[in-house]
Amino acid sequence: MKTDLLIRGGRVIDPASGMDAVLDVRLRAGVVVEIGSGLTAGPERVFDASGAIVTPGFVDLHAHLREPGFEHKGTIASETAAALRGGFTTVCAMPNTEPAPDSATVVEALWERIRRDARVRVFPIGCVTRGRHGKELAELSELAASGCVALSDDGSPVADGRIMRRALELAGALGLPLSEHSDDPLLNGGGSMNEGVVSERLGLAGQPAAAEIVAIARNLALCETTGGRLHIAHVSTERGVELIAEAKARGLRVTCEVTPSHLFLTEGAVFGSGPAPLYDTNAKINPPLRTEADRRALIQGLKTGVIDAIATDHAPHSIQDKLCEFDAAAPGISCFETALGSLLMQVKGGELNLVDVIEALTIAPARAFSLEKRHAGIGSLTLGVSTDLVVFDMDTLWTVDAARFVSKGRNTPLQGRKLLGRIRAVVADGVLDDREGVARG
Amino acid sequence: MLELEEKRLTIAADGVHAWRHKDLLDTDTLSREDIDLVMSQADAMTEIRTRPVGKVATLRGITVVTLFYEQSTRTRASFEVAAKAMGADVVNLSATGSSVEKGESLIDTVRTLEAIGADVVVMRHGKSGAPYLAARYTKSSIINGGDGRHAHPTQALLDLYTMRQHFGDLAGRRVVIVGDVMHSRVARSNIYTLLASGADVTLCGPATLVPRTLESGGEGPRCRVSTNLDEAIEGADVVMALRIQKERQEGGLIPSLRDYIAGYQVNARRLARAKPGALVMHPGPKNEGVELAPDVADGVGSVIEEQVTNGVAVRMAVLYLIATARRP
Repeated sequence: MKTDLLIRGGRVIDPASGMDAVLDVRLRAGVVVEIGSGLTAGPERVFDASGAIVTPGFVDLHAHLREPGFEHKGTIASETAAALRGGFTTVCAMPNTEPAPDSATVVEALWERIRRDARVRVFPIGCVTRGRHGKELAELSELAASGCVALSDDGSPVADGRIMRRALELAGALGLPLSEHSDDPLLNGGGSMNEGVVSERLGLAGQPAAAEIVAIARNLALCETTGGRLHIAHVSTERGVELIAEAKARGLRVTCEVTPSHLFLTEGAVFGSGPAPLYDTNAKINPPLRTEADRRALIQGLKTGVIDAIATDHAPHSIQDKLCEFDAAAPGISCFETALGSLLMQVKGGELNLVDVIEALTIAPARAFSLEKRHAGIGSLTLGVSTDLVVFDMDTLWTVDAARFVSKGRNTPLQGRKLLGRIRAVVADGVLDDREGVARG
Repeated sequence: MLELEEKRLTIAADGVHAWRHKDLLDTDTLSREDIDLVMSQADAMTEIRTRPVGKVATLRGITVVTLFYEQSTRTRASFEVAAKAMGADVVNLSATGSSVEKGESLIDTVRTLEAIGADVVVMRHGKSGAPYLAARYTKSSIINGGDGRHAHPTQALLDLYTMRQHFGDLAGRRVVIVGDVMHSRVARSNIYTLLASGADVTLCGPATLVPRTLESGGEGPRCRVSTNLDEAIEGADVVMALRIQKERQEGGLIPSLRDYIAGYQVNARRLARAKPGALVMHPGPKNEGVELAPDVADGVGSVIEEQVTNGVAVRMAVLYLIATARRP
């Protein structure tokens, strides 16, 4: 039910408009009708948000909902419920499903499931190539017409430069960004963590940073050649950030994202903090957690705006997918429910600036995929449209307990870690998820 | 989730230092005292092996399972002989022909072995870290018989034992490990025991097979790294050659075996630059005429057979310490 609500006394941060002040926000039938100070309560319920932060709902450009095909890992119902839990009200679903959305038929079936089960707004990302096999282009115009907001082959980077070039040309003409997991599969060589001191110590085959750097350089060159729209998915290397910065300075149509995991953790998480190695399969992701120098460069990239968006790369897996030898474990972290908590820890620690973080979770990702053009309420507190917003405090320390995740994926390297901030309420497309029942009628 | 933290047990051995490890997964968490304890126990086992019967009944009633997911001749035979020499019951399992082939997970396998009554599981696995996973989910003691390219602790201990037989104290001794260091679990485990013993370690091989990160300090151990064997071997007390695996060449890491031999084979000319009486070691199995020139492999400095013989005594010592520590 669309909510009538007066959110009173919160610090309202809306980077799209530059708003950052203690204000009241009035919703009528799920629509923001008024933002101001000292608003008088009408017949609607009042939510006392004093001491809390009020922002637009978070926008995630990179999530794995697992449906269709991998429902044992997650479903649209379970993972969008987890997204809502974490404050994400718009989620772009990566196409590594079975079948993969490489034609309108598959996307239309997906839309049906989304309409039936999704708890937050979901946009499909279509494939670049048929079956994500990297050989022939998918039905790109059909995918655009059926409502895909971007194109990507997800974890199977488009290895063939000619195909990448054609895809950028065609997608650019269709107005769709191409979100590319930039990785050279041959250089990568099937390693299971970052190549470096820790991989050598653990005797694990490593993925060199160069595999990402080379691919980013190639993709930027093709972006420039074609004039297409390139989105670099989860950049993880220092040099990668530098290349993107240079490309942006040259005026290329490029955007990029970073994950909360790469901002918060390094390759050391695989080893663990004890004297003997942990081989923590929950710290196995792709691209891998990198070095401290890389992590610092990512933080810096977010500060300077080279990195546009924070995207979760939420990737739920079953217990069996992770409870095995490190090389055999599936890569990915269940991230929806810890993303804000780890980011706020970094805000508190002085590594990140709160407004930067909110911007990278709201209007910046919306613009990267032009989502605000599909619905004006995405990524900002816009008057007169159905709204998404999040109310959270910055003070509550809590301990990660994966057993209590809403997501089917319990795979987190943050189990037992202390994170910061509690989400008190989320409004998703005008509907209130008042998890504490604090809004009085 | 269970914690990795090694379950520690205590016994008084020799009344000096107590063995506290439930498992032996690598040499990196062994203290100097732990290592000395293994060495002194191995001395006792060597003495037993020289008796006419060469067997004792110390581990009667103890069940040792060898669980090998990879082929092995010497490690498996060595453990089996060691366990039987102390009266333990030994069960040998291979991945082929077992429930592993039917898709059973490692955790299920070790739990099944525990339920059957395995006190000690000697495990070899192709994936680095696999014994750590196993150890976390079973009360049986896990001895790592080699995991991927990560660790091979009993090989390192028997190598150390062999060196100490010749040199006594290893402080200041120069050890050159030459060959495919990157893929070598033998090298990784040796680094810890050698550095703990005060030896000066140089890793030598083609640039594609010797990770530069090993000398970078930081979190890793500190060794010298060289791509020039003629220089690295200068003044060495020990030259340890590692096995070159043919698949490395096929993977393009070295141009050819010929190229490798030209640069890195330990031959008489190169060995002459080492200290007189330098030891020549190899964990086996050798590629004949590749890592070592035949005259060097069988030469006066070669202690390769001693390594194999000592392997039994050292594995007896490790089995004894671990099995005894389990007793209430």
